[in-house]
Amino acid sequence: MKNRRKPKIIEIKGLSKNFGLTTALNQVNLKVDNFLTLFGPNGAGKTTLIRILSTLMKPSSGEAKINNIDVLNNPVRARSQIGVISHETHLYDGLKAEENLKFYGKLYNVKNLDKRINSLIKKVGLEHREKDRVADFSRGMRQRLSISRALLHDPLVLLLDEPYTGLDQHAAETLEQILDKFEDRTILQTTHNLERGLKLCCQVAILVDGEIVYKANAEEIGFEELKQIYNQKVQQNE
Amino acid sequence: MNEYLKKVQSIVWKDIIIELRMKEMLNTMLIFSILVILISSFAFGTFNQEMTQSIAPGVLWIAFTFAGMLGLGRSFISEKDRGCLQGMMLAPTDWSAIYIGKTIANLIFMSIMEILTLIVFVVLFNFGQIITSPLKFVLITIVGTFGFVSVGTLLSAVSVNTKTREMLLPVLLFPVIVPIIIGAVEATLSIITANGQFWGWVRILVAYDIIFFTVSALSFNYVIEG
Amino acid sequence: MEKEKALGILSLIAISTLIVISFLIKSPFFQQNGDIYRMLFFHVPLAWIAYLAFFIVMISSIFYLKKEDRKYDNYAAASAEIGVIFAALTLITGSIWARAEWGVWWRWDPRLTTTLVTWIIYVAYLTLRGSLSEERKARLSAVYGIIAFISVPISYLSITISLHPQPITGGGGISSTIANGLIVGVIAYTILYTYILRIRKNTFESHDEVQMIEKNRRRTNTE
Repeated sequence: MKNRRKPKIIEIKGLSKNFGLTTALNQVNLKVDNFLTLFGPNGAGKTTLIRILSTLMKPSSGEAKINNIDVLNNPVRARSQIGVISHETHLYDGLKAEENLKFYGKLYNVKNLDKRINSLIKKVGLEHREKDRVADFSRGMRQRLSISRALLHDPLVLLLDEPYTGLDQHAAETLEQILDKFEDRTILQTTHNLERGLKLCCQVAILVDGEIVYKANAEEIGFEELKQIYNQKVQQNE
Repeated sequence: MNEYLKKVQSIVWKDIIIELRMKEMLNTMLIFSILVILISSFAFGTFNQEMTQSIAPGVLWIAFTFAGMLGLGRSFISEKDRGCLQGMMLAPTDWSAIYIGKTIANLIFMSIMEILTLIVFVVLFNFGQIITSPLKFVLITIVGTFGFVSVGTLLSAVSVNTKTREMLLPVLLFPVIVPIIIGAVEATLSIITANGQFWGWVRILVAYDIIFFTVSALSFNYVIEG
Repeated sequence: MEKEKALGILSLIAISTLIVISFLIKSPFFQQNGDIYRMLFFHVPLAWIAYLAFFIVMISSIFYLKKEDRKYDNYAAASAEIGVIFAALTLITGSIWARAEWGVWWRWDPRLTTTLVTWIIYVAYLTLRGSLSEERKARLSAVYGIIAFISVPISYLSITISLHPQPITGGGGISSTIANGLIVGVIAYTILYTYILRIRKNTFESHDEVQMIEKNRRRTNTE
């Protein structure tokens, strides 16, 4: 765990989201300035929160700001500051590794794209496979490539939605190394994996049934304690 | 604006490269359209010149639209399967760029299928002889195909969200493109018979194209959101 | 609920009046084919109100996309259902008319053909609603509700041009008594439409409420 110092960069106020009759998020307030891990069981609303923050979805009410940019009123500008890693890779099977990155790089207007791609591919350890099609990649390799895809435009904010799902050991380590080096950026991570989630973060929060039920600094809480609180909170709502 | 067009262009390029490698859409569309022509010629018996003239436009446009439907159905499935659509939506661009890029790509695939189908059609139906103005025919094909693809791309994005995925697309799309089918067939017929209201039909189809392209581009955001 | 009751009674009165009037009006022009012309007072207003219903689907759809309020989605769904039924009745009465007048069940008359195409579009609309998950149902069907209605006038235009129609009602066919009957018909069916629309919308809302209560009950039970 490291000390990170940054102004509050993700601000969520009174955020709610309904799908038809289901309430996915209910009055969520959250501030993230360095690295927060949001724990919660499946269906708690974690993915919905990430989708709203990454401008893929509009909330029913409330507001969210990223680096002082309102994601509702200014989605296009907000997007250029956000990198998203989720359990879906966002990669085309029919394109080569390098082509995938080139395609997304163009969508993000990345300057010196070739150089950037080279260094990122090295970072995730795929330099000898860059000319291969993603269809031939293993799950772990895809996920590593997906990490470099999310970092293409050097985002200020990283949103991670269950990033460890389906990762092999190598990919999980790569991700942790990258996150660890990401000191000057803000990271919001969601997971139901308590051990992995607690490893690098500075703050923790627990989301159950669309509501934030617990917040704490990671330094003040040990793994066992977190586990106890988490199980208690989740059981209350089941 | 220039940046916007560049992004549209990369989306089109991406689709073309993938299609050239996988050939998922083009092969199926082409085989299907040729089958439609073959089956029609069996079903209607051997044609004499007169009969060919009155039936040719209908057979041709049934082949185009049915085969096109098959391709459009696939258009968003590949985008959904690995979350690629979301990947594009995360990029700092207005989402209409995705719609326009996909529409242009589909237009290109449709045109390739149409050209190859037409070659078969010319051989089997002696189509080159009965048509009076090839230029007019090219014009009406472009105008008709554009309208078809404009609505089709939007509704393809709608139908991938349904339980049956692309199964519902024909049901949604065909009744809405009735004007396109009527217009294209009538205009083609007027080229063959060298009378009838060719330009009137072109005008109606152009109006259709403008209206539906605009409405589709505007409502696409609502379709893919979430 | 009082309002609904009043509307219900009102539509009963209006439709009864229409039935009585349809038997009273005489038309020497139409008389030559027997009493079949009395169908006109039902056929034409049904068609008008069917199109009104489809128009309301589009308006509600636009409002839904702008405001994301479930109310508008319920209106759109209710209006589409009524429109489909009214359009179906238009087609059936039209078909009976054609049988009596020309001895065939179907004539490719532009207006009837357009109604057939429109009817299919809104059956497709309802099918789409049925196969979407709750999350996206309202938004996606709203988009189709808009596309659907825009296509109607263009369809009518191209169908009309391609069918080269013969005029169906000959010169002087519509006398002022007939016109008055049609006006009564349109008013009566508008009232009926409003009544069913409210009832269906209330049903959808109650359905929503029941589901909400179910959900909350399940939640409090476990806590």
